[in-house]
Amino acid sequence: MINFQYARPNEVADAVRQIAADPRARFIAGGTNLLDLMKSDVEQPSRLIDISRLPLKSVEETPDGGLRIGALVPNTDLAYHPLVESRYPLLASAIMAGASQQLRNMASTGGNLMQRTRCYYFYDIATPCNKREPGSGCSAIEGLNRMHAILGTSESCIAVYPSDMSIALAALEATVRVMGPGGERTMAFADFHRLPGDTPERDNNLEPNEIITAIELPPQGFAKNHSYLKIRDRLSYAFALVSVAAALEMDGEAVKEARLALGGVAHKPWRVEAAEAALAGQPANEASFAKAADIVLSGAKGFEHNAFKIDLARRAIIRTLTQAANGTPQSQSSKKIR
Amino acid sequence: MVRTIEATRPISESIPTPPKIKVSLKINGDLKQLQIAPWTSLLDLLRDTLDLTGTKKGCDHGQCGACTVLVDGRRVNSCLTLAVMKDGSEVTTIEGLMADGKLHALQQAFIDHDAFQCGYCTPGQICSAAGLLAEGKAHTAEEIRELMSGNICRCGAYPNIVAAIQQAMSAMGGNS
Repeated sequence: MINFQYARPNEVADAVRQIAADPRARFIAGGTNLLDLMKSDVEQPSRLIDISRLPLKSVEETPDGGLRIGALVPNTDLAYHPLVESRYPLLASAIMAGASQQLRNMASTGGNLMQRTRCYYFYDIATPCNKREPGSGCSAIEGLNRMHAILGTSESCIAVYPSDMSIALAALEATVRVMGPGGERTMAFADFHRLPGDTPERDNNLEPNEIITAIELPPQGFAKNHSYLKIRDRLSYAFALVSVAAALEMDGEAVKEARLALGGVAHKPWRVEAAEAALAGQPANEASFAKAADIVLSGAKGFEHNAFKIDLARRAIIRTLTQAANGTPQSQSSKKIR
Repeated sequence: MVRTIEATRPISESIPTPPKIKVSLKINGDLKQLQIAPWTSLLDLLRDTLDLTGTKKGCDHGQCGACTVLVDGRRVNSCLTLAVMKDGSEVTTIEGLMADGKLHALQQAFIDHDAFQCGYCTPGQICSAAGLLAEGKAHTAEEIRELMSGNICRCGAYPNIVAAIQQAMSAMGGNS
């Protein structure tokens, strides 16, 4: 880790001024990912701007019946918030599926959106990586790529975005509020993260001089029929090989409205609206769910070590939709998959 | 023949050392006024500056939990915490859990259940369990296992660790 300067602004506007003034500066909130990257010399900031004391820590109901979550609300506090537990249990469940309780106590909501890939080659500065060093090549495409993407990959990068929380936020159609020198703007969750294309160094569409101030959830929380299923190499405290967030609005035995997002398979939360549309009005059974899974995975492409993810994802989608339709969401403490 | 691996990107020149920053921390009940370089982790501050070596450095990357301490009552990985960011906080380490000359219920329970072999992860396990008891979210053995998954024990003493936590939980009036 290299030496760096440290600053602690008290206001959001001051934090934005400071980040705009120094292109090598980074914001730090929970620090769970950034400090780790700094210890590996992947990140070498000249200055850390400590935003952890900015007044962005409240969870409030919005006038339209939704929820506004301050960017600095710790993951644990969000998962255990009574309004999240009761109205957005899919979000609470996805948060509890990620990391460890220590890390969830530290990590912030905004920071979760900003976390970088856990691709081994991205972390290892002795190997080429287009995300870390644009133009140097991708070591994963022909390397150890068991954890890598099967959807939306490019010739430059097959990294996956590792968040669990964001998969639920994508399914719930959250919006992201950001502040820059010109004021505040909002982004649909689907527009926040990017596919790698030929610019894998950019994980998302946040500008370098902008800060996330809040995440907003619409009123519809799918509290009755939802499930977050995470498939990983260990039972706990491991990144997803495949994860699925499913949320349904039921009309008797039929699906009225469906939301489906996948984690662990792409450079961003993977959501295919055509698959969701195909479920609307259909009976909630395996045949309908399999059809939706096939639409989601129609463009999937495996590499040497991760082709198994395609069938795993297909089966996980069917299972998660079944859990959601039955009103029996996956428990994040009992690991039995029913 | 010696094979050298060259980094694809050279490590940037470190900037000149900035002045140390004044930080005040309450550590195990004692107020400390300290001058800290901004890159000092809370773990290194505890071990190297304050000689509180009960807190252990395992992976130094937030993966093993050996460095777990309580900051303002919440369990965190001290290896991924910058000490300057915790200015004004209260920190409790394994050295601070005893009260009135008596072991904490968790410390006694770990002894009673033989909940360790080499002992290296134990201070982190006990601080993490103290955080877990304060959270009040774990009631069953299954929930204890899940909410303790950030603490790795390479000796594999997990069944005894869960039993120890259950004992402390009932001793302290919680469910088990």
